[in-house]
Amino acid sequence: MAIVDLMPFSVLAPLIASGVVALLPGRFWPWAITLLAAIVATVIAALTLPAALESTLSYPFGNWPPPIGIEYRVDAANAFVALLVAGMAALSLPWAKVSIDREVPERQGAFYALFLLALAGLLGITLTGDAFNVFVFLEISSLATYALIAHGRDRRALLASFRYLIMGTIGATFLLIGIALLYMMTGTLNMADLAVRLPEVQHTRTVDAALAFIVVGMGLKLAMLPLHLWLPNAYAYAPNFVTIFLAGTATKVALYVMVRFIFTVFGGEYSFTVLPLAIVLMALGVAGMFAGSWVAMFQDHLKRMLAYSSVAQVGYMVLGVSLFSAAGLTAAFLHMFNHALIKVALFMAVGTIMYRIGSIKLQDIRGLGRQMPWTLTAFALAGLSIIGVPTTAGFISKWYLILAAAEAGHWWLVGLIVITSMMAVYYIWRVIEAAWMQERPAGSPAVREAPLALLAPTWLMVALNFYFGIDTRLTVGASTAAAEALLGVGGLMP
Amino acid sequence: MNWLPQVSPLTVVLIPFIGAALIGLAARSWKTQQLISWTTSALFLLAVLGQLGAVLAGETPRQLVWEILPGLPIAFSIEPLGMIFALLASSLWIVATPYAIGYMVNGGYTSLARFFACYAIALGAAAGIAFADNLLTMFIFYEILSVSTYPLVAHTGTAKARQGARTYLGILLLTSICFWLPAMIWTFIATGTLEFAQGGILAGHLGPTQAGLLLLLFMFGTGKAALMPFHRWLPSAMVAPTPVSALLHAVAVVKAGVFVALKLALYVFGLDFLAEIPLTDFVLYVATFTMIAASLIAIHQDNLKARLAYSTVSQLAYIVVGALLATQVAAIGGGMHMVMHGYGKITLFFCAGAIYLASHKTLVSELDGIGRRMPFTMAAFLLGALCVIGIPPMGGLWSKWHLVTGAFEAGHAVVLAAFLLSTLLNIAYLLPPVLRAFLKPLPEGEPATLKEAPLMCVVPLTLTAAGSMVLFFAAGLPHRLMQLVFA
Repeated sequence: MAIVDLMPFSVLAPLIASGVVALLPGRFWPWAITLLAAIVATVIAALTLPAALESTLSYPFGNWPPPIGIEYRVDAANAFVALLVAGMAALSLPWAKVSIDREVPERQGAFYALFLLALAGLLGITLTGDAFNVFVFLEISSLATYALIAHGRDRRALLASFRYLIMGTIGATFLLIGIALLYMMTGTLNMADLAVRLPEVQHTRTVDAALAFIVVGMGLKLAMLPLHLWLPNAYAYAPNFVTIFLAGTATKVALYVMVRFIFTVFGGEYSFTVLPLAIVLMALGVAGMFAGSWVAMFQDHLKRMLAYSSVAQVGYMVLGVSLFSAAGLTAAFLHMFNHALIKVALFMAVGTIMYRIGSIKLQDIRGLGRQMPWTLTAFALAGLSIIGVPTTAGFISKWYLILAAAEAGHWWLVGLIVITSMMAVYYIWRVIEAAWMQERPAGSPAVREAPLALLAPTWLMVALNFYFGIDTRLTVGASTAAAEALLGVGGLMP
Repeated sequence: MNWLPQVSPLTVVLIPFIGAALIGLAARSWKTQQLISWTTSALFLLAVLGQLGAVLAGETPRQLVWEILPGLPIAFSIEPLGMIFALLASSLWIVATPYAIGYMVNGGYTSLARFFACYAIALGAAAGIAFADNLLTMFIFYEILSVSTYPLVAHTGTAKARQGARTYLGILLLTSICFWLPAMIWTFIATGTLEFAQGGILAGHLGPTQAGLLLLLFMFGTGKAALMPFHRWLPSAMVAPTPVSALLHAVAVVKAGVFVALKLALYVFGLDFLAEIPLTDFVLYVATFTMIAASLIAIHQDNLKARLAYSTVSQLAYIVVGALLATQVAAIGGGMHMVMHGYGKITLFFCAGAIYLASHKTLVSELDGIGRRMPFTMAAFLLGALCVIGIPPMGGLWSKWHLVTGAFEAGHAVVLAAFLLSTLLNIAYLLPPVLRAFLKPLPEGEPATLKEAPLMCVVPLTLTAAGSMVLFFAAGLPHRLMQLVFA
């Protein structure tokens, strides 16, 4: 079977598995089948990437030739994102077992089925070449995600989930309105076809409005400042495993959709002239970097702190997009990948702390460094990566972002990136300081180190942070190809 | 040294790291840890000496370890200046090993495996800085050095130790990330390379004003060189056990700082380009100010280790001045002063530690008559002090000779005067402890019987004192290596 025929199964495997898992009783099999499906999706995505780097792959569903039928159309950009999404699912699931047994003791079949739906949805958004299909998969993944967040043991999870539902639905609706406007003007939903037909009707109010709707809608899902309000609470109160998965994938896929529409469907030239994207995205990106880091510096709830840090990291990616250059897009894709590695590692470490002591307030982890040295060392090392210390993955993406900013002549951005990195030093340092330099509060029970089932996946992620900080062939190669695919004349053209 | 095998630069750097890992694995057996410490420091010295022949023959052994990004490799090269630093660190490590063992055991310290592992890592990081072929490699090992010495400074775990260690790590990390890292990025954007090259890489890529700003970022970013106002970490680090203060805060860490300053001046800016930059003089005067101000503070310190720490701040400024005078002679003097001051200052710290072990005295005012109880220690203290001051027959003479000549050649009368004034100040704060020890009577109730520190401590300090005298006669080696820098 050629890789093109295999490709759709990275979406179908989790989709089919979710039906099976929903019916499975007990605690072991739902998890095992989920893991199996995620590994299958990852393997297929990993096989797709090299092929997609060579040429654009197209799979017509039901053998209806595009643009009549729905096609999956995969180039370097979405192959890379798909590998990221599937890989993060496969890497975080081993961590999930012990944690979910504690946090979601009942009806795990339903929980894992929802997770698989969310995964299938995200992969579907990434791989499809059909604009309406994007919306459908977006709704699949979003609805599943709302339900997953509501599984949090804290009652506030319900409110957080509801809030995300409202804002996510607005975002998805905006996307749908945008797609509908495009369909009105061109009569097609196939993205490649749209790219061909749009120039004829360019500079009409309708097409301009479509672009605006799509950018704002995806800005919501992406948690771009000031549309980020759903994110901190959703991350903070969701079950730890859900937080890990969302932090590694959801915002990244939204960013991918945004750049796919901006650069491939509308065309970069058009998008950046019709809307002042260069200024708006740059301003919002920088504002996100600062506001996110600033708020993170004063959070006592570690998951909220990391969530605000995510807002800041999204700012870096948006900033890379705003530069409208190959270097800027490369940096955005690199940071997409590297930030997923970093945040998954950090949230795993925090989740491990929560598993042991039931709280992740800064005052409750005082002195914990001596009792859970492995967990907190993992946190500190992943923290180095988010700061951007050389030899970590975080350094690579910041380096590319700085080079891209300098190439565009924006020297002041270099200074801003360094300043926000210093803010990251501060919020990571607070945790290290509390864990190692303060005494355990009197009367708190002795804590043992976390079980290996949580530590091993966490340390694997930490190791990956350092691995991709040193061996950058895969990440830089794929990001460069992704940027070229998006910027090249008709990235989706055969 | 042609009879020694010449291993690859990476191997030299890795030896201490491997030693540290083995010490960590042998956490149960104190005997094994000692054995590994000895073996590692000996192997490290031999590996460094093995490079000497090639370097003296004018070769530059190079090794590309891994290319992280295009133009950003981890790479090593052994050039003469780095060779001097590596020789200094490796030759003093093997002397400091018995001292550290003797001190830590007799002082009743615990967690020795962590201590000796971190000690070894710090030396490995110093070697990495010495042999770095580009700014990125240097930066990585510079940060490893900062972080690995943090547990050593905070070793006792008391509130005071933790406070001092925080100041220590805070200043070193902040300066390097806030100033050094942006400067490195700027250099890369301007020149497209981070690789050190004889004569500098910046000339022709940046205007004098921009280069001046870059110089500010680099020099203040090198927190380990302790230029005022970023010198506070060094006195703070004195809460550490004395072997740490001796080997790391008189040799490895601070010399890494001034080594970086010299390397930047010679291999990134280039002396000719440095002379064209208007802001060079500003940094030069900051260093001169540091030199005098730190000496003045040192005079008022009653705590012996604090006095030595401020003396170090002052002496480091000598080397920075040597780099920034932008003449060949001054740079040679700066390079030589790394060695001379290293030997002299480690002797002084060894003595301070020995005094503490034998009699639990930490203040200069308590040292009355102690020369009768600890004649060997105080004699060594005298030799170390003379070396730091720069009086024959000690090695310190030659480095100061070159520095003063350099200031004269460059026509900086203020700097010249400052050198002379500072030498007087050196005498004023380094000789009183010796004078008190030998000339004043012992306090009531203390018998004038011989009560030296354990042999494990006294022998090393005698060796380094002798070493600083040998350097008076053997100054040819560092001088020749420094000349090779300009060959």
